[in-house]
Amino acid sequence: MKSVPGLAGALAICLMLGATGARAADDGSDTPIWGKVKTLLVGEREVIEDTAGSVVELETPVRAEDAAVVPIAVHTRQLPGGVHVTRVHLVIDENPSPIGGTFAFTPLAGRADIETRVRIEAYSWVRALAETSDGKVYVARRYVKASGGCSAPAGKDMEEALARLGRMKFRLDEAPVVGQSSVVQLMISHPNTSGLAMDQVTRLYVPPHFVRRVEVSYAGEPVMTADVDFSISENPNFRFYFVPRKEGELKAVIVDSKDLRFESSIAIKPALRGS
Amino acid sequence: MWRIVAEVVLLPAIYALSSGAVSAAPEAALPVRQIASGVYVFNGVTAEQDAHNRGAIANLGFVVGSRCVAVIDTGGSPAVGEALRASVRAVTALPVCYVINTHVHPDHLLGNQAFLGDKPVFVGHARLPAALAARGRTYVASAERLMGDTGRGIELVPPSRTVSDQDTLDLGGRMLHLRAWPTAHTDNDLTVLDEASGTLFAGDLLFVEHMPVVDGKLAGWIRVTDTLAAADVKAVVSGHGDAGAAWRDAFAKQGNYLRALADQTKAAIKAGRTLSQAVDEVARDQTANWALSELFHRRNVTAAFAELEWED
Repeated sequence: MKSVPGLAGALAICLMLGATGARAADDGSDTPIWGKVKTLLVGEREVIEDTAGSVVELETPVRAEDAAVVPIAVHTRQLPGGVHVTRVHLVIDENPSPIGGTFAFTPLAGRADIETRVRIEAYSWVRALAETSDGKVYVARRYVKASGGCSAPAGKDMEEALARLGRMKFRLDEAPVVGQSSVVQLMISHPNTSGLAMDQVTRLYVPPHFVRRVEVSYAGEPVMTADVDFSISENPNFRFYFVPRKEGELKAVIVDSKDLRFESSIAIKPALRGS
Repeated sequence: MWRIVAEVVLLPAIYALSSGAVSAAPEAALPVRQIASGVYVFNGVTAEQDAHNRGAIANLGFVVGSRCVAVIDTGGSPAVGEALRASVRAVTALPVCYVINTHVHPDHLLGNQAFLGDKPVFVGHARLPAALAARGRTYVASAERLMGDTGRGIELVPPSRTVSDQDTLDLGGRMLHLRAWPTAHTDNDLTVLDEASGTLFAGDLLFVEHMPVVDGKLAGWIRVTDTLAAADVKAVVSGHGDAGAAWRDAFAKQGNYLRALADQTKAAIKAGRTLSQAVDEVARDQTANWALSELFHRRNVTAAFAELEWED
C-alpha cells in the first residue's frame, strides 16, 4: 500500500524545490559533465567565459516548453584584426549524448551564427563553445528548465516523419544580395531518433536513425558543415548565413546514421548591391 | 429528452488530507459519479501533476456490465490507480476484465499497474506501444521529479490488445465500441463508446477548461474535433474538465482555439517569423479563455510551428 502525503510529504516537497532552486542558482561553470565534454572538444586549451557576449552569445528559452522542440540560437561577433569564429559546438549537459552538434564555418558563411532546435528532457545547462581563427575558445551558457510531465523528447508522428524521409526545403525570407550575408533556413524531414530501447515493457526495438552530417556549399565552395546527432529535434532545422558573390547553387548534402544520403539545392541569383 | 444523472456515490477526499502516518491503510476510493446506469466518472483537478494531487488530474472512468468491468484510464500515479480500483470495488464485486488507455500521456496511464492483480486485458491504440517505448523513460523520470514519493516505483504497463481501426469489447450484455483515430491530440488517441448509455469517453480529444495540449497533429485534431462535435452520442466524458450536457459547445470552443492557433501560426511562418519569435506572439488573444495557458500555450505554438512550416 502506498503512503499518502501529509506534513512530512509537504516538507519533502519544500526541500525538493529548495534543492532545485539552489541548482538553478549555481553558475554552471564547473559541472562534472562539462569538465569531460570540454576536454573532449578542445583538449587542455583555456576556455574563456564570455559573459558579455563579445564573441559568442547563446539564446534559449527559460523553460523547454516542448521537450522535443527547444529553439536555440548562437550569435557570434568578429574580433578586431579579422579574427573570427570558425567552429561552434553545442553542448546540453544532461542529454544522453551531451554534444549536440559541431558546426564549422568557412569565410563564405560571412558569420558563424547558427539556429536550430534541440531535445531537452531534464533541467540542464546548455552551452555554446566558439573556436576563433586565432586558436582561442570562448563559451556562453544558459540554464533551461524541463517541460511539464506529459512532454517528452520524442517525435509527434513517427510514421509521418518516416514517410517523407529525406525531403528538404530551403527557405530564404529576403532576397540575397551580392557580397552580403544572407540568412537561409534548411529544413530536413527526418525522424532523427535515438531509437527505441528494447525493454520488457514493449519488446520493441527500433535502431537509432538520425542525421549525422550536413554539408552546405554555394557555387561549389563549402559554407557550413555540421556533425550532429539525435539531440537535434525531429525534422532537423538549421538557420545560418552565406555570402553569395555571384550566381550559383546553394546545395545541402545530408548523411544519416544508416549512411543514407540525401541532397537538395536551389539556384540563387543574388541582386546587385543597392539594386 | 435524455439527461445526465449526476449522482455522487462516494464521498470525496479524505485521502488528500490524511496523515502520512497511516501508510498501511488502503487507498481511499476516488470520488466517482454515476453519470448513467453503470457508467462512473472521476473528474481530475485542473492542474499539473504534483505531490499534492498525486497525478489525479485527468478524468477516469469505468463501465459495469453483467459479466465484468472495463476501466477507462487509470490516473497519473500507481496511488491514483489504486484509489480508482477501490472505487470500482465499492460499486461492484465483478472482475475488471479490461483496462483501456485513451492515449500515452502519463496522467492517463501511470495507474495501470494497480490493476495487474486483476489480470485484465490492457487495451490501447496500435501506436501506443511505440509511443510508450519512446516516451516511457521520460515519463517515469518526470513523475518522480513532479510528484516525489508518489512518482516512484512506476512500472509501465503496455497494451496486450491493440486497436488499429475499430474494436468491440463485451462486458456481458454491454458492448463497448473502440475507435482508433488518425494523429490528433497524440498519434495514439482511442475513444470508447458505451453503446447502452450512449456515453463517449473521448480521452484528451476533448479538453474542457484546461487548455488543449497539442502533442500530435494540429490539422488532424481540428478534423477530429469537428467530427466528434457532431457525434450521434448522448454524453461525452472529456479528458480534462467537465462540460456536462454542453459538450457540443465544448468541442466548438476547442475547435476555435485550435483554428486560431493554426491560422496565426501559418501567418507568422508566412511573415518570416522564427519559432522563438512566434511563441511570444501567436494567438495571445486566446489565452484568457483557458486554465493553465501559462504552461501550455507557448508549447502549443512550438508544436504548431514545427508542424505547419512543412505545409506547402
